[in-house]
Amino acid sequence: MVRLSIQTRQALAKLTLPVLIAASFGLMLLGKADAVLAERARMALGDALAPIYAVLTRPLGVVRDRLLHVTDVWDAHAANRKLREENEQLRRWQSIALALDAENQRLKANLHWIPDNSPSFVTARVVADAGGVYARAVLLSVGPNHGVRKGEIALDERGLVGRVTEVGARTARVLLLTDLNSRIPVILQNSRAHAILTGNNGPRPRLIYWAEGSPPQEGERVVTSSEAGAFPADLPVGTVHYTVSNVPEVVPAAMLDRLEMVRIFDYDLTGLAAPDAVGRQPERRGR
Amino acid sequence: MARPDQTPGMRPRQTLGRKLDVATRHAFPAVSTIVLMLLAEIPFGFASQATLLPAITLACVYFWSLVRPAAMPPPVVFLIGLLLDLLGYLPLGVGVLPLLIAHGLVVRWRQVLTRQSFPAVWLVFAGFSAGAAMLSWALTSLLSFRLLSLGPALFQAILTVALYPALAVLCIRAHRTVADPDQA
Repeated sequence: MVRLSIQTRQALAKLTLPVLIAASFGLMLLGKADAVLAERARMALGDALAPIYAVLTRPLGVVRDRLLHVTDVWDAHAANRKLREENEQLRRWQSIALALDAENQRLKANLHWIPDNSPSFVTARVVADAGGVYARAVLLSVGPNHGVRKGEIALDERGLVGRVTEVGARTARVLLLTDLNSRIPVILQNSRAHAILTGNNGPRPRLIYWAEGSPPQEGERVVTSSEAGAFPADLPVGTVHYTVSNVPEVVPAAMLDRLEMVRIFDYDLTGLAAPDAVGRQPERRGR
Repeated sequence: MARPDQTPGMRPRQTLGRKLDVATRHAFPAVSTIVLMLLAEIPFGFASQATLLPAITLACVYFWSLVRPAAMPPPVVFLIGLLLDLLGYLPLGVGVLPLLIAHGLVVRWRQVLTRQSFPAVWLVFAGFSAGAAMLSWALTSLLSFRLLSLGPALFQAILTVALYPALAVLCIRAHRTVADPDQA
């Protein structure tokens, strides 16, 4: 080690902090200038930690299930009655759906309808919350030889979850539709009017830019629109709900606060790229 | 560590095991902070869990900068901040700057702060957590070119203040036992 005088050493020790503070500003500029670098570092860290989290998730899931089991037994009677009623209702809906499906097939056959290609999908486990204070996202463990790409669509068993924004060697990050940077073209199902669904980091994203004369109605179903080629048409998103201050929000159909499994669909879309997380510059895509 | 110990008295021989012991005790504050940060990222499944990470990080850096600045030097604070940025999906540098400033101020006011009672130290920490949350909020807003809502920053400040006593109890206990180099 180089021998330094006490004065030099003290001066150096005093300089460390200001230099590092300057370095943190430099880091901010670097993060702004080269968004890919930060993304790579994050995904590398995610790849390294995902197996550990995946192992830890299981015992935690068991504990949660036990707790849920206790509450389930507690209100089994009431739940049973409610389920029986719901079952009756669903049976009626099922017969209607089957009849409509048959009719739909017949009409399509008459019209020489070109069928949509059925998308390929993979199912992945959610291993960690990949959001922050100012972001809503989840980290998926997708295995080493996955074919997941940026911009693919994530759904749970009930509806739209979000889009894949970053892909690592073993993990993928899905930006949820509630994130501040999420913008999704949607269709209001009753009026077939277009609107944009914007995330606000809260549990319920907002509807904006709907066509004049067809405001969203309370309880109306909202589905994705194929406009701009970013999403396939008619994926279930949620239902409209008005806040106290009369702002139309959407209650997501997907259980975004309790995601465990997510299906990632490859619709082979070539439209808009998925949004980037807070503080990152949009990546330029060659067409 | 480089300087030879010149105080009079008997002391044990510098065996490898003893050197390792001393090194572990010196590394304890930084390592425990990083381990706690990684633990905070386990998906427990409760709402706003993402706020836990910055809260734990600031509390640990504040505590160790106060009681043992030698074990929490600025470069280590910088690395911890970088890890916070990467794990917490903040824009790069946004986690680092508040931590470094907090560290610098604590080390400067150390003479006064160490003589205060726990509630006073906690109160000062409340000021630090509010400042750090506001700074992170302002920087994130600036770097993403939009005015973000203040709600999450406020919640982060409150959670940080509320978590501090619990973390401090653990850290004080560690400071007096496993992390004390004099006990090696």
